[in-house]
Amino acid sequence: MTEVTLSNIVKFYGKHQALHGINLDISDGEFVVLVGPSGCGKSTTLRMIAGLEDISGGEIAIGGRVVNDLPPRDRNISMVFQNYALYPHMTVRENLGFSLKIAKMDAAEIAKAADEAAGILGLEELMDRKPAELSGGQRQRVAMGRAIVRHPDVFLFDEPLSNLDAKLRTQMRVEIKKLHQKVGNTIIYVTHDQIEAMTLADRIVLMKDGHIVQVGTPLELFNTPVNTFVATFIGSPPMNLIDGVVSGSSTIQLADGLSVPVPASAQGQVHNGQRVKFGFRADNLMPYGHAVEEEGERADLELTVTLTEPLGTETVLFTDLAGTEVQGKMLNPRPVRPGEVLKFRLMLDKCHVFDAATSDAIRG
Amino acid sequence: MDRNQSYRNHKRLMKALHFSGLFIVMSIICIPGLWIVLNSFRPTVEIMAKPPVWIPTFTLDHYRAMFGGAGEGGVPVFSYFRNSMIVSVVSTAIAILIGMSGGYAFARYRFKGKNGYFVGLMLFRAVPGVALSLPLFIVFARVGIIDTHIGLILAYVAMNVPFTVWLTDGFFRQIPKELHEAAEIDGCTRWQAFWQVEFPVAKSGVASAAIFAFLTSWNEFALASQLTRSVGSKTMPVGLLDFTAEFTINWGGMCALAVLMIVPALILTFLVQKHLIAGLTFGGVKG
Repeated sequence: MTEVTLSNIVKFYGKHQALHGINLDISDGEFVVLVGPSGCGKSTTLRMIAGLEDISGGEIAIGGRVVNDLPPRDRNISMVFQNYALYPHMTVRENLGFSLKIAKMDAAEIAKAADEAAGILGLEELMDRKPAELSGGQRQRVAMGRAIVRHPDVFLFDEPLSNLDAKLRTQMRVEIKKLHQKVGNTIIYVTHDQIEAMTLADRIVLMKDGHIVQVGTPLELFNTPVNTFVATFIGSPPMNLIDGVVSGSSTIQLADGLSVPVPASAQGQVHNGQRVKFGFRADNLMPYGHAVEEEGERADLELTVTLTEPLGTETVLFTDLAGTEVQGKMLNPRPVRPGEVLKFRLMLDKCHVFDAATSDAIRG
Repeated sequence: MDRNQSYRNHKRLMKALHFSGLFIVMSIICIPGLWIVLNSFRPTVEIMAKPPVWIPTFTLDHYRAMFGGAGEGGVPVFSYFRNSMIVSVVSTAIAILIGMSGGYAFARYRFKGKNGYFVGLMLFRAVPGVALSLPLFIVFARVGIIDTHIGLILAYVAMNVPFTVWLTDGFFRQIPKELHEAAEIDGCTRWQAFWQVEFPVAKSGVASAAIFAFLTSWNEFALASQLTRSVGSKTMPVGLLDFTAEFTINWGGMCALAVLMIVPALILTFLVQKHLIAGLTFGGVKG
């Protein structure tokens, strides 16, 4: 049983407060991703769990045992670093076996464990090479191998893929997920990349400025963001947000005389004259003939395309709606020239409303 | 003539100039050394001959005399050699231990007045050693460590530590801190992490610092000539003075002793030159 519990974790660097009371329960075998923009405190949180940073306040427990003052070696964790941190003077085999050597296990056992880890990650051919002779992806795998050799309670990953090129990153992402399925340990993973967070996580912890903004499954964060920060951080392209004012109880007046009904989820939660942001994802603004066939309340809009981003299976269309640049999507794309006017349909029941003053979602 | 041809000629000319320049510079560096080695094997008449004798005669007379008795121009070579060895090796070892700890601390830890200390250390290097010889002489005389190995070792350690700190600081700085963090997570104590991971990686830096410290102590003359008096503590550079008399200088003998000084330094440099070529394998970390 290796759940990880953070209670009211605080971190100060001198006078600067980096973390403001982080509370988080991670259950056994869960894959949790800490994500957020740089400087949000996600790496600090991870390093505190690892024991590489002092804890200014609060309590961290691993497997029910408070570890606040334990050195890293007594926490039974392993960590994969952004720059891999392989020992350059050792071969891959020695790198893999290092932790066991330090634990004074006998040579035969070390060799067996190293071979086993190499087998899981496909490193058999590379065992006698030094890190300098490996490619980025291979180094990454060795770093992971070094982590699994010890059979730790918890794996910590600190932006492990950010030094890889895009193709390799996708590939390693899959390998990490497979590794998790194979070994089943608790994993805490830090990244600034929302796609990594979405694809890997059982649960995402979205952080900003030393606070947790929202915790939930990838789909929860995608479908019910608690505020505009989550809405624009998760999902690509980010959610479109348009300023508006509630008029009456069921209409939102946008600029340019355009008005939309208050989405069902927010009905009864808004009041006349309230300044709001009206949000919808690119997937819900699609031109007719190139859209998903689905039921639901919709609004028809004639919009001029200003820019296109063809991605193959879909094309992202940039257009202006009520004075704001918004992005829509075109499925089964055909070539579109900038300046072309298309008839779009906006799926109204998939839209979100946020309070303009607090940025919080308005939802029933 | 077409442009390709003219560029090719230009390139050849530049290459020729380049090599001539290199040759001149290397000559300036090497000729004094060569002069010493050659003259240690030539009879004194030939060394002093005017016009110079271009085809040297080979003789081991200077070496024979040097190792000979006191009456035949001999000097206590073995004592000098032993003194030099003891002083250089011990002072280098101490300087490396202190300097490496200091360099590591400057590279890894944050503490109050860090930059001040560092600049202070470097400024200390700016004081010419000779200027310190009088105060050192007086202090050492009072303490009673004039003409001892300890005195010289102390002086050389003080001379070498700032440089060692500076050099090893640079090397430890190149090692990402994640390496020792990874080692600590892998079960090491801070101390183990240093010896198992950071020290082996910085080994080349430490080796070059050691070579520099050793050569500084081995070749130092100004301080040693003040702080040593007798055969029991005189080092080889000071021993060279034995060949100067009131009116004459025994150039051949001096050269012979100088060769004996150069040889160990050369051997040592060859032994560690692999490490001197720095930048061992920093490939464990993506740079």
